[in-house]
Amino acid sequence: MSVIKLTDRIKVMERKPMSFAERLYLPAILKGMSITIKHLFRKKATIQYPEQKRPMSEVFRGLHVLKRDEKGAERCTACGLCALACPAEAITMTAAERKPEEKNLYREEKYAAVYEINMLRCIFCGLCEEACPKAAIFLQNDKMAPASYEREDFIYGKDRLVEPFLLNNKS
Amino acid sequence: MSDKLKVTIDGTTIEVDKGTTILQAARMIGKNYPPAMCYYTPLKNTGGKCRVCLVKVAQASEANPRPMPKLVASCLTQVEQGMVVENETSPEVLEARNGVVEFLLINHPLDCPVCDQAGECDLQNLSFDHGKGITRYEEGRREFEKIDIGSKVQLHMTRCILCYRCVYLADQLTEKRVHGVINRGDVSEISTYIQNAIENDFSGNIIDVCPVGALTDKTYRFKQRVWFSKPFDAHRNCSKCSGKTVLWMKGDDIIRVTSRKDKFGEVIDFICNECRYDHKNPADWVIEGPRHIEDTSVISANKYELPVVSPAVNVDAKFVSE
Repeated sequence: MSVIKLTDRIKVMERKPMSFAERLYLPAILKGMSITIKHLFRKKATIQYPEQKRPMSEVFRGLHVLKRDEKGAERCTACGLCALACPAEAITMTAAERKPEEKNLYREEKYAAVYEINMLRCIFCGLCEEACPKAAIFLQNDKMAPASYEREDFIYGKDRLVEPFLLNNKS
Repeated sequence: MSDKLKVTIDGTTIEVDKGTTILQAARMIGKNYPPAMCYYTPLKNTGGKCRVCLVKVAQASEANPRPMPKLVASCLTQVEQGMVVENETSPEVLEARNGVVEFLLINHPLDCPVCDQAGECDLQNLSFDHGKGITRYEEGRREFEKIDIGSKVQLHMTRCILCYRCVYLADQLTEKRVHGVINRGDVSEISTYIQNAIENDFSGNIIDVCPVGALTDKTYRFKQRVWFSKPFDAHRNCSKCSGKTVLWMKGDDIIRVTSRKDKFGEVIDFICNECRYDHKNPADWVIEGPRHIEDTSVISANKYELPVVSPAVNVDAKFVSE
């Protein structure tokens, strides 16, 4: 069977027998060990996370938070624009109607009864933050979604997303 | 002399029957037709209230080539032989429309994130196309309590733009109208007399004709945003109406039933309340298939259609069906 030549750039390999120094293997081993030992004294590329942390950028996009307003009521009104903007389809929500006695809990007459973000799907692009008409969802620059062994742990519900209610909240 | 009248709209000439309005002629041309918030083809006497369909008539007719002195409402003005109309080519019209949007939004609460109509709202589309994107209005807006009209319809008077469509519908489709517009001027409101419930087989259609979120389906209230549900054409044997509807599905659940609308947002066949409210089981319906959604609509988000194969291209039929 003849070989079809496709280009003129074929290089034919020469297979010369090894010289005496090459057959000893010792010089090659020494050369390799010297590289290994040199790296032992270099500055390490890794850090001991989570004990040690790297400085983060001001505009880092980390874990989401659902904000409350100045009176402590939840800002989110379950309009669904974050879920619509989400390119990874990580956000789902169920809306509910506010009862008259819940006026201090929720800002608008509709609120998110269930609000879930799947952190395994989320790509932390921040489009939800951009889409939000109520300034309710933000990506924090100091928190990341922590690792876990269970997949269920990455579905963040309102219990972990909503900003904790602080008395004398000055922010 | 033929019965057909020649009219030129935005440079396109079309021949129409006598008695056609400018808006209808523009819709026949099918591109850049004026928007309409109150005019509704299936209902008689609608139109002339919202003023968003204003157009400039550059030449009144062949016999009278002078322009009309003011912008005219295209939904009410009938065409004349040799009429020349400027719609989107006239900066005057665009500016007027801009102002009308601002007027319509004066008392509109802009609670789109809460409103169930968001995503299929005519006013939302209109202000997206013609609005300014800012508000100059600082005074307080009209405030009303929510009113339950019957057990299935909720009225948010704050969102109403007083287009009168629901009133005409009740007059022309149902036997005894129990709601209407009371008071005058900026205190006028849609209301039933002493919280009278609207109980009629076709009363649910006021939800479909409402261009804004003033009249909404209570069974659908806050269930789902419009664009997260998937519309399917479906029909059933109904003794009262045509039974041709759109089912808005989420998974296997029917979360809402509406009537079918044409590309101008007008209802094709009015449906009865039984079809609208009482059949939320998919087994009750013959589902024809997913409904076509314009790709300019937010409802098309995350929905995909098979590409339209040109008949000129010889494609194996098996390949298309798979």
